[in-house]
Amino acid sequence: MVKILVFSIIFLSLTIMGCIYRAIKGPSSADRLIAINVIGTKTIILILMVSFILHETYFVDVALVYALISFIASVVISNYIESLGGKSR
Amino acid sequence: MIKTIIAGIFIFGGLFFFMVGTLGILRFPDVFTRIHSAAKCDTLGALLSLMGLIIFNGFNWTALKLILVLIFIWITNPTATHLIGKAEYLRTLDEGAGINKDENI
Repeated sequence: MVKILVFSIIFLSLTIMGCIYRAIKGPSSADRLIAINVIGTKTIILILMVSFILHETYFVDVALVYALISFIASVVISNYIESLGGKSR
Repeated sequence: MIKTIIAGIFIFGGLFFFMVGTLGILRFPDVFTRIHSAAKCDTLGALLSLMGLIIFNGFNWTALKLILVLIFIWITNPTATHLIGKAEYLRTLDEGAGINKDENI
């Protein structure tokens, strides 16, 4: 099972690299925010898999707090995008 | 042994959906199509990966915490995606479109 989890962590890191490309290149600010949101979800799954590799179950609480903070950041930045208005990128 | 095989099948299904969502984010031409692909990545990928971890763990307090993380992801990520889509739609409207008469809001 540890080999499956290590392969999953490496694969998730490669897909996070793809999302980082979209977050840097993305034409509008909403593209960047979507990419950061998906990176947050993948990071939660990655923290949980690391907790199962190391047999340390208190990392589950770390993942829960990470989900809370990621949601608050997404809401605040989307309100900022909405308040920009106009055609500004 | 059979528990490892079932958990591995669920985790590989989750990895497949994460890969498909990332390909959609990289390849789609518009903001709203990218939002559609990212929502698949958030819900189905997280559900299958966490179900694999729960099956591998067995039923105890850690499994209940994993279910709590799953419920929280399922409530918050569609809300954030909806807010981003609404903000982008309101930003790219024309000046004389008339927000009050718009049926998409």
